Amino acid sequence: MWNDNCTFPKTIPRKALPMKRVSLAVTVALAAGLTSQAASADTLKTVKDRGMVSCGVSEGLPGFSVPDDKGNWTGLDVDVCRGIAAAIFGDPTKVKFLPLNAKNRFTALQSGEIDVLSRNTTWTLSRDTSLGANFAGVTYYDGQGFMVRKSLKVNSALELNSASVCVNTGTTTEQNLADYFKGNNMKYEVIAFAGADETIKAYESGRCDVFTTDVSGLYAERLKFTNPAEHVVLPEVISKEPLGPMVRHGDDQWFDIVKWTLFAMIDAEELGVTQKNVDEMAKSDKPDLKRAFGTDGNLGEQLGLTKDWFSRIVKAVGNYGEAFDRNVGAGSKLQIGRGINNLWNKGGIQYAPPIR
Amino acid sequence: MTIEPREPPSQFVLRLKRAVGGRAGWNGFAVQIIFVAVLVWLGYEIVANVRANLVTQGITSGFGFLKNTSGFDINQSLIPYSGSPTYARVLVVGVLNTLLVSVIGIFLASVIGFIVALGRLSPNWLLSRVAGAYVELIRNLPLLFQILFWYLAVLAALPNPRQSISLFGGAFLSNRGLVIPKPIGEPGLEPFALAILVAIIAALGLRYYARRQLFEKGAVIRIWPYVIGALIGLPLLSMLVFGRPVIFEIPELKGFNFAGGSRVIPEFVALLVALSTYTASFIAEIVRAGILSVHKGQMEAGASLGLSRGTTLRLIVVPQALRVILPPLTNQYLNLTKNSSLAVAIGYPDLVSVFAGTTLSQTGQAIEIIAITMGVYLAISLITSAIMSVYGWRLGRSLAA
Repeated sequence: MWNDNCTFPKTIPRKALPMKRVSLAVTVALAAGLTSQAASADTLKTVKDRGMVSCGVSEGLPGFSVPDDKGNWTGLDVDVCRGIAAAIFGDPTKVKFLPLNAKNRFTALQSGEIDVLSRNTTWTLSRDTSLGANFAGVTYYDGQGFMVRKSLKVNSALELNSASVCVNTGTTTEQNLADYFKGNNMKYEVIAFAGADETIKAYESGRCDVFTTDVSGLYAERLKFTNPAEHVVLPEVISKEPLGPMVRHGDDQWFDIVKWTLFAMIDAEELGVTQKNVDEMAKSDKPDLKRAFGTDGNLGEQLGLTKDWFSRIVKAVGNYGEAFDRNVGAGSKLQIGRGINNLWNKGGIQYAPPIR
Repeated sequence: MTIEPREPPSQFVLRLKRAVGGRAGWNGFAVQIIFVAVLVWLGYEIVANVRANLVTQGITSGFGFLKNTSGFDINQSLIPYSGSPTYARVLVVGVLNTLLVSVIGIFLASVIGFIVALGRLSPNWLLSRVAGAYVELIRNLPLLFQILFWYLAVLAALPNPRQSISLFGGAFLSNRGLVIPKPIGEPGLEPFALAILVAIIAALGLRYYARRQLFEKGAVIRIWPYVIGALIGLPLLSMLVFGRPVIFEIPELKGFNFAGGSRVIPEFVALLVALSTYTASFIAEIVRAGILSVHKGQMEAGASLGLSRGTTLRLIVVPQALRVILPPLTNQYLNLTKNSSLAVAIGYPDLVSVFAGTTLSQTGQAIEIIAITMGVYLAISLITSAIMSVYGWRLGRSLAA
């Protein structure tokens, strides 16, 4: 009855109605946005329309994906994305890099925010099946290790009973750690951080005795320390960590393009094609080179790319061996040896199916 | 010609019309039906769409993942968390850790807030300026920054476990946290706990009796000597008869860390200090506003009755100020609980860190996990405001009486 003796509230209903309409419009737009997601399964077309490959990378892991002071990204994972962009556009700079932490990387891929996740991600069965994504190959065969201060005088990971361990949350590292300490009947305390940088900072400040991640990551992060010589990587490698790029389920053509960009880099090394001699080699009469360079057949077009896709990739980022040396190997600060990442015919396990 | 009295319209129909149609009558009713139908349809469309898209992309959905083994460890847990814990247990551990820091934080923030507010209102020039500076400094700096500050300050100031600071020979302070002797129950524990319980009930009964005497006969009974006697004497008696209730396990340095004893991790301390000091600066202003809203005549009336400043505040001003203080205070309590999710920045294993963080990225089931997390925060907030509403209602009743 309050409106009988009050005059002002009469304006309220008139104002309230448009509000309802606005929120209604927002909700409809929201629902429409969710519907359109399923329609955009043709990733290659989306990428071409956008004029850019959207590539998820780390927030800065030297050797794999790290921005320099001008914002240019470099690294092995970055080169895979540059190779894809070169294969599609003939231009390795047409990549938009999106830095992601370990926690939000899969959500970014699932939601379509990125076309490919190239972020030192370990290939496991559960990730391959339950995330709605596929691994397109292995860019780097890694394993998990431990780093401690030299002053602790620890020589083996088996001496780490009762240690405090800093780890990046949401990684396979966190699970391997639990398995390893449980398996060896050792106690430990885990302190898990969402960002790689926070993890490192906590280790450096003395909160933890041990920092654990993939061995390549240990070497890379050690470069960031104020005094890298004070820290030592323990000899044990406690897990298999095959790192590779990931794409969404449901677009086999795009899956093939990412997969074969990586294979092209590995095959190029095997065929002896380098960034320098690529133009020379393109004139070769050897049948396997002719197929790769597209002077014989149309293998590139079968992928949905151009005939010269192979030379575009090698011109842009070089072959796998060159990319490895430049980013993590002898030509870089990390100085990591090829080890099992060498080609299959040179004592390693890097192997790509033939281009034919 | 007789004039028939006009029949009044049926009250039932009128009431129905008003209930379902509001002031717009039956037209309003139709609009509401359509609006509800559109809402239901939209909700259905959203759920169906999401489900269809998840199936097309081959992303696992549903809540079955809660029964799977988590395979990672958590460094602070109020319930046993070892062996092969499930994701459901991770959820419980996370919720309890969030509640732990929130409840203690709310208590500390209220205490600090009240003290600072009274300090700011104090006639003492220095005290009021110090309290004012505290409020202006703390409430104007971002909370995340303060959490990181306390965390790094705490870590930087403390030595490593081998050089830890020993407190009274039993507790040790290092950058791994505070390790204190852990009480372990002995056979004398049960009678000891029972004795304390009996003492508390007796004290409450005594207080009730004293208040009735005061209100009915105006008799002032001094009860505190009896209360203290019961609270100390009864447990002491039980210890003499049944033996000591607990023995303390003294922590000792073994390998890298302390073994034995219980531990307060530095992440918890940093988060608790940051949350309670930050929220206290807002509570201080709310309390100050509440006290200033009580007419100064009340203070003068108290003084003219010969009551001290403290007694006047406690018995006359604060109860009236609470009516003004309570609603914004509830907001601050809710804020503190929600802000505790910033724990993720310093690795404190709260709900967002272990469940909406680690569990999410291990299982990839973002929709389910975010929905559960939102549900938990909503439930905690609604329960908090329900408790505050009940308190406000009781307060209003006692002021009205």
